[in-house]
Amino acid sequence: MRARLGVVLPPLMGLVLLIGIWHLATMNGGNIPTPGKTWDAAAILFADPFYRNGPNDQGIGWNILASLERVAIGFGFAALIGIPAGFILGRFATIAGMINPIISLLRPVSPLAWLPIGLLVFQRADPAAIWTIFICSIWPMIMNTAQGVMRVPQDYLNVARVLNLSEWKILTKILFPSVLPYMLTGIRLSIGTAWLVIVAAEMLTGGVGIGFWVWDEWNNLKVEHIIIAIFVIGIVGLVLEQTLIFLARQLHTEG
Amino acid sequence: MKKHLEKFVQIENVGMTFDTKKGKFVALTDIHLTIRQGEFVSLIGHSGCGKSTLLNLIAGLTLPTAGFLLCAGREIPGPGPERGVVFQNHSLLPWLTCFDNVHLAVERVFGKTESKPQLKERTTRVLEMVGLAHAMHKYPGEISGGMKQRVGIARALAMEPKVLLMDEPFGALDALTRARLQDELMKICEATKATTVMVTHDVDEAVLLSDRIVMMTNGPAATIGEILTVDLPRPRERLSLAHDAKYMDYRSAVIEFLYAKQSHPLAA
Repeated sequence: MRARLGVVLPPLMGLVLLIGIWHLATMNGGNIPTPGKTWDAAAILFADPFYRNGPNDQGIGWNILASLERVAIGFGFAALIGIPAGFILGRFATIAGMINPIISLLRPVSPLAWLPIGLLVFQRADPAAIWTIFICSIWPMIMNTAQGVMRVPQDYLNVARVLNLSEWKILTKILFPSVLPYMLTGIRLSIGTAWLVIVAAEMLTGGVGIGFWVWDEWNNLKVEHIIIAIFVIGIVGLVLEQTLIFLARQLHTEG
Repeated sequence: MKKHLEKFVQIENVGMTFDTKKGKFVALTDIHLTIRQGEFVSLIGHSGCGKSTLLNLIAGLTLPTAGFLLCAGREIPGPGPERGVVFQNHSLLPWLTCFDNVHLAVERVFGKTESKPQLKERTTRVLEMVGLAHAMHKYPGEISGGMKQRVGIARALAMEPKVLLMDEPFGALDALTRARLQDELMKICEATKATTVMVTHDVDEAVLLSDRIVMMTNGPAATIGEILTVDLPRPRERLSLAHDAKYMDYRSAVIEFLYAKQSHPLAA
């Protein structure tokens, strides 16, 4: 009981402190709403998260789902290409030598710089946003998977050599299981970045989505809603990250 | 075919030089050794004398920079299942059960010629042979070090290799487990008539198990110092040998070589 209190109490105290400072800073008026006012606005907002009044006025639930859908599609394509690419890069040194400089060059580029290219190619906002997510989530997956392949213990590879296993068996019985933890790290980093980037991309592309919603509420000068959005984005990001950590831990205890 | 029985493994004038950051490192030089079919040979020497390197050369995991190695009259082109290896740290795949670890090897060697039930039976049989029938479906992480090493031996034996190569197979085990596994290994070698090369640093282990003990000089540029033929009748019995005069002589001969002629490099 006492140990559990030790786990729960400090974060709770931190949260109370944050809200306290927020309250003190805003209680004498100004542009930023107080915690109480924000809470009231949130209560109204979440009372009906799934309403639809035309394409530009939808509940916050729809906006979150739209953003998550874009992240899922962009991230899915990135995984589909990035993970096999990582395996190839980790396994064949010549190809890695060819591709690595290009990756090093492109990786530090802000994904938003790719947005115009996406708009140009796809001619529509939605695929362009997905494209941006794709670009930003592919690098961590390629890099981590390749890293994992290169770090497969020599002992396991010696086993493969002595048994004279086929390349397919090496892939399924040795490389894949041993790379899995690295791959999951890559996936976790990718999802994190994707969720960071989607907000910015949607601000630029518009439509339905939590990023667009933030921008829309700024234009309506509903500052409470922007603060609520910040919390919502944070919580969704946290849930995504914790889910993947949980998955990784499940796999680890099995091995 | 018969001439290969006497010269089953031939190591001719083999040398091994590694390219390191500090320049060339000569690990082995002028190695000549011929191993009979069914013979049990130990490689013994101080650490760093290249005995594991020699074993890896026979396994084909590394290729020599000088000379050549033959197995059954053919040059060793690389690693292969006809030369089964028991690794020092067992090297079991942690995501497969003991059964699946062994089955992977069985499938590779006999998958083309035997049916699935036959393959399963083969796997089960070899695990029974090393006394692990009860732990077959456990993961390596769930069993003791001695059991893991037995799975490693089972995996190598399951391929029915022409040569069994073991790199300090019992090095990481406690004395009691080691003794029990040595006894089991003797029985298995007796039953399968396997040609075996074992790297060890344990004098008693070498004398108890071997037909010949290959004693190596200290590196760098290590080579074979002396070869001792252990002429003790089989089956050998640990308890009665403990007081056997011949056993003691062999033992002191190895100790003499290791500590008088080739005192440890750090002590010198």
